[in-house]
Amino acid sequence: MQGSFFPYSIMIEAFSEFFANLGDNLLLLVKLLPVLLKGSGITVIVVAGAMLFGLTFGLPLSVVQVYGPKPLRWLVSIYVWFFRGTPILVLLYLIFFGLFWMLNFHFNEILAVILIMGMTSTAYQSQIFRGSLQSIPAGQLKGARSLGMSDFQAIRSIILPQALRISIPGWSNEYSIILKDSALAYAVGCKEIMSYAKGLAIANGNLALAIYILAGIIYLIITIIGLWGLRRLQRKIRIPGYSHA
Amino acid sequence: MNPENYVLCARNLHKSFAGKEILHDVSVAVGKGETKVLIGPSGGGKSTFLQCLNFLIHPDQGDVFLDGRKINSANKRELYDLRQQVGMIFQDFNLFDHLTAEGNVSIALRKVKGMSKKDAHARAIHELDRVGLSRRADHYPAQLSGGQKQRVAIARALAMDPKVILLDEPTSALDPELVGEVVAVIRKLAAGGMPMLLATHQMDFAQALATEIIFMEKGRIIEQGVPEALLAPGARTRTQDFCLSLNQMGNQNSMQLCCHSQAAPSPSAPEE
Ligand SMILES: Nc1ncnc2c1ncn2[C@@H]1O[C@H](COP(=O)(O)OP(=O)(O)OP(=O)(O)O)[C@@H](O)[C@H]1O
Ligand SMILES: [Mg+2]
Repeated sequence: MQGSFFPYSIMIEAFSEFFANLGDNLLLLVKLLPVLLKGSGITVIVVAGAMLFGLTFGLPLSVVQVYGPKPLRWLVSIYVWFFRGTPILVLLYLIFFGLFWMLNFHFNEILAVILIMGMTSTAYQSQIFRGSLQSIPAGQLKGARSLGMSDFQAIRSIILPQALRISIPGWSNEYSIILKDSALAYAVGCKEIMSYAKGLAIANGNLALAIYILAGIIYLIITIIGLWGLRRLQRKIRIPGYSHA
Repeated sequence: MNPENYVLCARNLHKSFAGKEILHDVSVAVGKGETKVLIGPSGGGKSTFLQCLNFLIHPDQGDVFLDGRKINSANKRELYDLRQQVGMIFQDFNLFDHLTAEGNVSIALRKVKGMSKKDAHARAIHELDRVGLSRRADHYPAQLSGGQKQRVAIARALAMDPKVILLDEPTSALDPELVGEVVAVIRKLAAGGMPMLLATHQMDFAQALATEIIFMEKGRIIEQGVPEALLAPGARTRTQDFCLSLNQMGNQNSMQLCCHSQAAPSPSAPEE
């Protein structure tokens, strides 16, 4: 493993050492936990920010893509194609090493990560909402129009309330994906869970493996809490007697 | 026909879909207290025609008049006003699935007519009561039978105070035992003088209600006249041939009465 990027042999050593001195090491881990939890605050902010960004812009884009005029639909399709097809890490490097370093234009890392991940999530969320909008029977739009509603009113008060309900499972999925993607933010110096985990692992080489496992457990717990909340929301706004949502 | 004498009047409507002519020069007018019934073979253009009247489908040519005034459908205000005043009942109800029966009736009152929540609610309950459903006000569409759904749809249309109602096969999606309750509501409307244009395959219904029957085939009006004339025993009309063929196919919704002059039995008033 000489010259390899990752120090495997060191890690295997650390692993056996960890169990040789289990009591002390567990104690040390508990002491390090608050530092990791500090990072989880930033992770939650990044995830919530990106999800809300994606909701705010993804929803209107989906409406344009389903009901809008052709040229606008194409523009949305191009946006979606670009952001679904480009890795988040590439976009992050473009912003950080392009904008920040070359142009010497700098702003908050957390905001930058929220912006990039939010724009990517906008693309994915617009496709979740598009599917939901298209699954609402066309007759309901006709029914609304026949009462004198404008298309805007009909979409806002008839179609969207139903489409949003149907979107919750897709949205839950997007949440768990974004949460994991947020780990990429450490690559550009954002102080979230992974960046703290890496810092601690380097400082406490013998505990590296345990620290990464701990980080993984924190991700799992945040995932479960979010999914649980969304499932509750879904049950709360369920339409009585209606089987799909 | 002079549009001034009618509530709703369509003159010389033409419509093609993808180069195929669906409506050819169709003119129909509905006056005060009239019930005109559209019949004819499937695919003849009845639904297309009805939807041209409130511009859910835009005709390629021809004019629509409401109270003698020509509608300029390019003007959104005028279009939305027309649609408020022309009620429409669909074959598959088109209720809003996320709203209760009350919500289905009140939402357009609030969003379109700008009524307060309280006033809209009171009006909705009143309209549901008229179709015998006040006790189902809190039910969602998925919790209602087909007949109840169609009655909610009728209440929803009536709440807008329409001047005329278009009904597109209002009973054909219903189980036979539920047809009666919807027919009873429509009869009550007709008896109250509401002008109606009704497309149906149910001949007993057509015969009992129609002030005029309009027979449509391949996008053209082939025959029109009072039911007594078109369906009189021995009258050799297309309408009567069509009735006979419906009966031969054993169509459940067209009763054997069709070619006798005997009136259809009056269904009982709807219950909950
Ligand atoms: N949006 C559309 N695009 C293309 N063709 C259409 C469209 N809507 C209707 N048609 C065609 O127009 C013709 C008339 O249809 P329409 O639904 O008006 O007939 P109908 O008399 O109501 O028939 P039915 O008794 O089965 O309800 C049919 O051949 C149908 O295929
Ligand atoms: Mg039809």
